[in-house]
Amino acid sequence: MSEEIERTARRFSSIVLIVIIVVLVLSLTALYQAYELYLTNDPTVGYYLLIGFVGLALSTYMLFQTRRRIQGFTLKTPPITTTIVCSKCGLKNVRNFERGDYILKELGPCTKCEGTMMISAIYREVKQKGKKEKVFT
Amino acid sequence: MLPAQFFPGQDSLSWIFQIIFTLLFIVMIFYGQRIQMYVMIREIEGSLLRLKFIRDEGRKIAIKTIKETGKPEVDPTKRVDQFLEYVTIPPQSMDPAGIVWKLEHILDVREDRFKDDVKLMAPAADETNINNLENTLEAAAALNIIYKVIRHFYILGKKTLSLYIIMQIQMILPLIMREAEAYASALKAFSFGQPIGDGAGALVAAKLMHGHRKQKIEKDCVVAKVPLEGRTAYVIKAEGPGGNVGKPGEAIKRVVEKNDGKISAIIMIDAALKLEGEKPGEIAEGVGAAIGGPGTEQYKIEESILKYKIPINAVIIKEDIGDAVSPMRKEIFDATEVAVETVKRVIKERTKEGDTIIIAGIGNSIGVGQ
Repeated sequence: MSEEIERTARRFSSIVLIVIIVVLVLSLTALYQAYELYLTNDPTVGYYLLIGFVGLALSTYMLFQTRRRIQGFTLKTPPITTTIVCSKCGLKNVRNFERGDYILKELGPCTKCEGTMMISAIYREVKQKGKKEKVFT
Repeated sequence: MLPAQFFPGQDSLSWIFQIIFTLLFIVMIFYGQRIQMYVMIREIEGSLLRLKFIRDEGRKIAIKTIKETGKPEVDPTKRVDQFLEYVTIPPQSMDPAGIVWKLEHILDVREDRFKDDVKLMAPAADETNINNLENTLEAAAALNIIYKVIRHFYILGKKTLSLYIIMQIQMILPLIMREAEAYASALKAFSFGQPIGDGAGALVAAKLMHGHRKQKIEKDCVVAKVPLEGRTAYVIKAEGPGGNVGKPGEAIKRVVEKNDGKISAIIMIDAALKLEGEKPGEIAEGVGAAIGGPGTEQYKIEESILKYKIPINAVIIKEDIGDAVSPMRKEIFDATEVAVETVKRVIKERTKEGDTIIIAGIGNSIGVGQ
């Protein structure tokens, strides 16, 4: 059944692509027609201009949407930070997370004093993207 | 005069436009709903493809992690596929008396079965890795079931061409996708053994008990006797750094019974779902047993506190579903420090010096030691 879904999606994608190309060609033709009519001072030039620009906008939008869809198919791995601190002198070391790390894990002696290095924090930082939302407090 | 209004002028272009608009109007009258349905089906199809991708990735991650940490002699793929299809049948609730214990028994059997299966799949894995692998497989199984349910409604909707079947799934799809994305990040966190947002409560308890003697209590739980603000605190959490939530309800019950009910207060710390608009890592205080899950542990805690009339306080750390099951956010990690201070303040305000109290940090202890 899942193959059927994939097939339908693939078929749909190629149909969408053909439709986009057809609309694009037709709208460009309409714009060219508008240019020719403009030279002959024909009053219907406005219609062709309207059709041409609407078609152009529509096909560009559809193309953009298809591209965004393809980009969305990834699983992002956020960077995870491990903070190691010496319990005696406070020496701090920040590095990327490694398999086997856990909070409160003792990692051996400190390089500066006789204290013990320990993982004090493991977290991911989330960068806020996009425009700030209106917050009702 | 009036009919003339409905007809265009003499030029052919006006006629063409008029015909197109009339045709569109007629098509919309008869096929409007069907077009709307196809648009919805298309939307569900897109989401279903993404769900399938996430489900397959989850399965791949689970198999890869088992191969890496468990060093199996045979290919674990078949067993993993079997695991993803496991079902748990809840007890019959027509006569609800005693259902808590029936449910607890079913859940215990399920967990033992899961652990045994993981041990078979990954013979070289230690206790911590077995717990992490079990959590990884459970997240993969959750993704599998989400995908299958959406696929069921999608196919059913297409078969029956019922707008209402398609519409109900399309309406809740954004929420389902959010949940699926959350499980996908959980899967990665579990496979690497990273602390997750849900472990905020366990982390608060770990910070309070660090440096004190711990002992195992109940299934997968540890307790430490900690002198705190002139009081004696029994700090309880699930044993880390492997991924498990333990049985904190049972552990609290044991400590209460051991002290003959002479407990001045119980303070529970847990992560709780925030509402949209609230900031992740916000702290809220209240009363009651702050614990999620199927309800069996909450029931036990409530039974114990009722028997001895023990006041129970809750400190909750707010986060959304995505944050709860994905690697711990900095805001939530920082909030655990605030929660420690809040717990100390509650102790000072609600108890007297010399009292005995219980502090229970609830949540998955993956990536959190003690």
